[in-house]
Amino acid sequence: MLHATDLLGGEAYDRDGHFVGQINELFIEPADQPNRVARVLLGRGKFLPLIVRYDHIAFVAPGVIRLNVEEKDLEHYQPNEAWLAMRKDLLDQQIIDTSGRKVVRVNDIDIAEQRINGTVELRVTQVDVGLTGAARRLLHGIASPGLVQGLATKLPTRVIPWEFVNLIETDPLRRVKLRITHQKLERMHPADLADIMEDLSPFERQSIIASLDEETAAEALAELDKRLTTQIVETLAPQKAADILEEMDPDQVADVIADMTPERSRDVLSEMPGEEAREVRELLKFEENSAGGMMNTDFIYVGEAATRDEVVAWIREMDVDVERLDTVFLIDGTAKFSGAVSLGRLLFAAPDERMESLKMEPLLSIPPDAGDKEVFELFDKYNLHSLAVVDALGRPIGAIEVDDVVSRIRNR
Amino acid sequence: MAVLGKPENEKQAPETPALITRWKLVPGWVEPWRVRLSDWGKRTRFWRRRLLLFLAVVGPGVITSNVDNDAGGISVYSQAGAMYGYALLWSLIPMTIALYVTEEMCARMGVVTGKGLSDLIREEFGFRPTFFLILAGLVVDMGNVCAEFAGVAASMQLFHISKYISVPLAALAVWILVLRGTYRQVEKIFLAACVLYLSYVASAFLAKPDWLLAARDTVIPTMHLEGGYLLMLTALIGTTIAPWQFFYMQASFVEKRVSARQYAQARMDVLFGSVSCMVIVFFIIVCTGATLFVSGHHVINDAGEAAQALVPLAGKWAAMLFAFGLLNASLFAASILPLSTAHVICEGMGFEAGIDHKFNDAPIFYSLYTGMIVVGAAIILIPHAPLEKILILSQVGNGVWLPVVLIFMLLLINRRDLMGDFVNTPTFNVVAWVTAVAVIILTLVLVYVTILHPSGMPGTSG
Repeated sequence: MLHATDLLGGEAYDRDGHFVGQINELFIEPADQPNRVARVLLGRGKFLPLIVRYDHIAFVAPGVIRLNVEEKDLEHYQPNEAWLAMRKDLLDQQIIDTSGRKVVRVNDIDIAEQRINGTVELRVTQVDVGLTGAARRLLHGIASPGLVQGLATKLPTRVIPWEFVNLIETDPLRRVKLRITHQKLERMHPADLADIMEDLSPFERQSIIASLDEETAAEALAELDKRLTTQIVETLAPQKAADILEEMDPDQVADVIADMTPERSRDVLSEMPGEEAREVRELLKFEENSAGGMMNTDFIYVGEAATRDEVVAWIREMDVDVERLDTVFLIDGTAKFSGAVSLGRLLFAAPDERMESLKMEPLLSIPPDAGDKEVFELFDKYNLHSLAVVDALGRPIGAIEVDDVVSRIRNR
Repeated sequence: MAVLGKPENEKQAPETPALITRWKLVPGWVEPWRVRLSDWGKRTRFWRRRLLLFLAVVGPGVITSNVDNDAGGISVYSQAGAMYGYALLWSLIPMTIALYVTEEMCARMGVVTGKGLSDLIREEFGFRPTFFLILAGLVVDMGNVCAEFAGVAASMQLFHISKYISVPLAALAVWILVLRGTYRQVEKIFLAACVLYLSYVASAFLAKPDWLLAARDTVIPTMHLEGGYLLMLTALIGTTIAPWQFFYMQASFVEKRVSARQYAQARMDVLFGSVSCMVIVFFIIVCTGATLFVSGHHVINDAGEAAQALVPLAGKWAAMLFAFGLLNASLFAASILPLSTAHVICEGMGFEAGIDHKFNDAPIFYSLYTGMIVVGAAIILIPHAPLEKILILSQVGNGVWLPVVLIFMLLLINRRDLMGDFVNTPTFNVVAWVTAVAVIILTLVLVYVTILHPSGMPGTSG
């Protein structure tokens, strides 16, 4: 196995053994093959640099490449945005390790050689992010290769297979040319994705959010530190920002928008669909640290006279986010809040049981201007999962959920 | 919102939420005051908004500049005052400019790129330069940490507390502070520590200096072409502009997630920091100048000795305040230096770093931090430790390290692909390069003298 460190700075000889130039860069052409070293750049001092194609390579050893063509057969180098440069784009740069779900820095690149009828193909197998790579980088060209090798075998290795390497490229055009997709990031848990984003610089965060699908982007943003979320959303185009925010819960959207400049928040809200923008505007009226500021307007309430089966059939029919559902709220004949039924109770109730006979005691609700402390106390005292927020007329206007409470308490 | 089994009375179905207003009975005299208050609120809204925007960013600049006045720094300032009275005060103005110009570039890089200085150096200049830069940083900072704990020991001795009690306690306090805190909490504590530097102002007033003379000497430069004087001038600058502070400041702006939009506020923070730092230096020099210099007590070895010498001259309280300032400065720097060093090393080498991580997420970061505190405190506790030599070594390291860092900074800040429109303007570049070259020459002179004539050298560490 070879390393980028062994090859970069090495010498290239042509078919007849004449020196051609110094290896300055290795390129991958992701559009063609995702891991093959497709081009090698040879620097020749004050002469124009030359480019070697993968099928021109006859032999490779640490520090040496021999070609199967003559110097005059090589082309002059033309910069190409679609080539991934190992020294410039990969070595010392940060990448996302999609299997370890972390941001790491590349110390070295491991390259395997494959003999294919007379030529040698180089393929990137993994990137080295541990001490072995660091030791090679430090000692290469200073200590003898044997010593470096010996030392490297003693150190703990930390490598990431090439297929789990997710490059971070902030230029969207270049990202397309390099075939960088964030499909693997989209499959990650949003909380992991949020942790990764916190380790990146603002431009990098921006570029990742912009290239994720809206749903994933919204989920990741919801897990991020609120300051960061606002910062990211503010720099997105209003249309894109609105698309992402639509996927979030209205209470989270309100929190994000509340911290933006008035002009920006107006732009973003005007891009959102009327119904959702209206909900967010309503929520914005409440103090952030009040029950109204914590509540979510996406909740389910049913008439207390409905039977268990009716309710279940109706929930099934409505496209409800079942994963988040754990309480159904009840209203009486005058649309006033009259109770709450947990999902567990609903599950085990007889098919024709009325909702009012299932409701939990005591009957708890809170006005929107109550302070967050009051909310925390209620959740603690009654071990609640969710709590209804009711207006002056006793009508339900939202619900506070336990995960809102947990994140508030943590951020205090 | 979704509803099943809607009530017969459609009109009352919940639609828009209405705010509840809880009416309370208030006495009649409240209303006019409420109106007056809200009028005042409206009139000052512009300034309050400005202030709030600034307060959201303030921290990194103020903290970094003030940590400059650490135990080593205070020693040099007291020596400068004792030896030459007010004659060196004029140098504070050019020093403020140099401090501001260099720190501002780091602040700008931090807010624009969102990356730390060692991150940027690694990405743009490769592994090997970064490695040696970091190694130099570790050695220099280790020496500085020793100096800080020496400062703790010296100041507490004035309160008759043995160093075998004060140093371990200080080390533990510093260690716990960072290990248990988040960035925001720790920053608040550090900002509070900045305020405690005001004890030097009080101590200067107690020394009853000739304010008019001090003011004149601040504005009108006086040059003495004499070896000791020039050397003292060099030492002043050497302790004020230290390379680690650039790394620390940039990292804190990044960790605080200050964005390019808040650049104006960040710059104010840096300006405020450099000026307040120099104001404190002014009062230290005035304090020792008005007492030790006037009474002929010209030669002191460190800040602890200066505090001792103040007792008969300016009274017990002035000396106490002086020692308290030294303790605060030492503790403050002893917590920031290891933190900054651990940051720089981990960033550059690609390990997880930052106090917002838990121990298991960033083991190397915390091990480095802990290790530096333990070693720094332990060296002070060894009887007859070669403290002088350690401090000289760190001073030399500082001098060698600084030019490299400054040049890397200037190269990075002029890169349009990194900084966009935030690259240096031509005018700023001239100022920055002149500053850098001047600082580099002065520092190298100091290194030269330190190596050749360590005995005649004023001050110890930066």
